[in-house]
Amino acid sequence: MISTESLSKKYGDKFVLREVSASLPENKITAFIGCNGAGKSTMLNIISRLIPASEGCAFVDGKKVSEWDSRKLAQNLAILGQNSHNSARISVEDLVAFGRFPHSGGSLAERDFEMVERALKMTGIEDLRGRFIDELSGGQRQMAHIAMSIAQDTKYILLDEPLNNLDMSRSVKIMKLLRKLAREESKTILIVIHDINFVSFYADYIVALKDGRVKYEGSSEAVMKSEILSDIYGMRIEIEEYKGKKICVYYQ
Amino acid sequence: MLAPFLQILILAACSFCSLFVGVADISPLDLFSLSGEQSGIFFVGRLPRLCSILVAGSSLAVAGLIMQRIMQNKFVSPTTAGTMQWCKLGVVIAVVCLPGASPILRVGAACAVSLLGTFLFLAIVNKVRGQSAVLVPLIGIMLGSVVDAGATFFAYKFDIIQNMASWLQGNFSLVIAGKYELLYLSVPLMFLAYFYADYFTIAGMGKGTALSLGLNHAAIVNAGLLIVALVSSASVVGVGNIPFVGLIVPNVLAIFKGDGVKNILWDCAWLGALLVLICDIAGRLIIFPYEIPIGVILSVAGAAVFLVLIRSGRRYA
Ligand SMILES: Nc1ncnc2c1ncn2[C@@H]1O[C@H](COP(=O)(O)OP(=O)(O)OP(=O)(O)O)[C@@H](O)[C@H]1O
Ligand SMILES: [Mg+2]
Repeated sequence: MISTESLSKKYGDKFVLREVSASLPENKITAFIGCNGAGKSTMLNIISRLIPASEGCAFVDGKKVSEWDSRKLAQNLAILGQNSHNSARISVEDLVAFGRFPHSGGSLAERDFEMVERALKMTGIEDLRGRFIDELSGGQRQMAHIAMSIAQDTKYILLDEPLNNLDMSRSVKIMKLLRKLAREESKTILIVIHDINFVSFYADYIVALKDGRVKYEGSSEAVMKSEILSDIYGMRIEIEEYKGKKICVYYQ
Repeated sequence: MLAPFLQILILAACSFCSLFVGVADISPLDLFSLSGEQSGIFFVGRLPRLCSILVAGSSLAVAGLIMQRIMQNKFVSPTTAGTMQWCKLGVVIAVVCLPGASPILRVGAACAVSLLGTFLFLAIVNKVRGQSAVLVPLIGIMLGSVVDAGATFFAYKFDIIQNMASWLQGNFSLVIAGKYELLYLSVPLMFLAYFYADYFTIAGMGKGTALSLGLNHAAIVNAGLLIVALVSSASVVGVGNIPFVGLIVPNVLAIFKGDGVKNILWDCAWLGALLVLICDIAGRLIIFPYEIPIGVILSVAGAAVFLVLIRSGRRYA
């Protein structure tokens, strides 16, 4: 399980994350929502040890993140950061295979190849396997990075705005894939997402951040309310029912 | 790329030619009946020269490749980051402070100084805000020139400039048996680089990616720089400053085969050896019976490739 205990982060003397205590459900998709600068990426990055906390701590499976052996943690937790664009000129296949590095230590075994194939297939980018990532479109590159995280085959998968650059059909494909991973393979998925209607359709649990604090937290059903969302985003958001699902209308 | 078999064949053919180019006439047929003088030239001069070319060329190309990955910049190399110049300064310091210093001590001194220098370079580069990819090697070249001038100044001041001549300009014609063997230090380092190739590729994908895969980015960078410093030092002490190999070779290969260190390491070593070998043969033939030092030829070739790279930098850098 992933949890945090009065987690704070400050830059200079400005708190960007303040006393966040949360424990996130297992085998579910948890969506982090909030305005730009609310602290979503900061929280994900601390949980995945990419940046250190200023105060408090994050726990993975009951153990402080800072006490995990980095490679062991990488076998249990994958993180795709918001800015993980790398300009390296390597092929999609090699990139995805690097997702196996924490397990293989560099020499790929039979199982590693299988996982790479599976990740390529699940994300539907088999036809891109030989292409260099610096020559792909933004969305194609994003898909390749998602495939890399999936190939890592970890219990926890953290994705910071994975739908960036993706078209509608690819977005749906990825969200369905994540749901499948959570339901059928007992993965715990933490995802930052701005498209609130994707949250409504796919997230099981929602953590809503505002100014570095967790303002609301709960099941998707409980948080998807007009007052709550209007408060979080500081604008009027109405909710309509469509075939039993909630659709947010906020375009005007 | 060519099949490994063909690569070896080409390199072997060029090596063979190289053995029989020179002022003293030795033909392949003479090998079976070498006169005393001929066998001296062959085994003390020609063969060591060939070996040193192959080792220096391949190891410097590999060093350049590692450097480009760990600094995430296509334009750095032992030459353009000033590493070679720091090595030179290290050798001068060793010769001045310990006149009878053995070659291994010189390599040690060169390596220590160049490590310090390269870390200094890294620190400066990290300080420069909004650094563009091209600015980084320019800083390195500037810093390198200053260090180079300093080394030359001390060499003059302490009257060891004659000793220095060979280090100021890489020159394989001074290679003779018994004086270059330290260069072989680079061979195990290349194997080490191959063994840890994936680590360097991942480091080249950024701090965040390395950390998310459970690797210590700083440790990889330090290990890589140590290899680069050792290879450069062995080369400077053994045969002198061989410029630009580490810049040209990995960049040309990356255009075709990408940045994956494991994928191009062998090609890199091969092409590095071949490039230096061909430039050396050319240097010996152009104004025969005189020689143009290899450093001059490589500088011309390197400068040209560097310009092309900068011009097409948008696309490949
Ligand atoms: N390295 C840094 N130095 C100073 N301030 C930072 C740094 N990184 C982030 N911040 C600040 O921390 C706050 C939270 O940033 P964070 O990246 O977590 O936002 P976010 O919720 O992910 O936003 P977005 O939706 O735009 O990605 C922001 O106000 C940001 O300006
Ligand atoms: Mg963010």
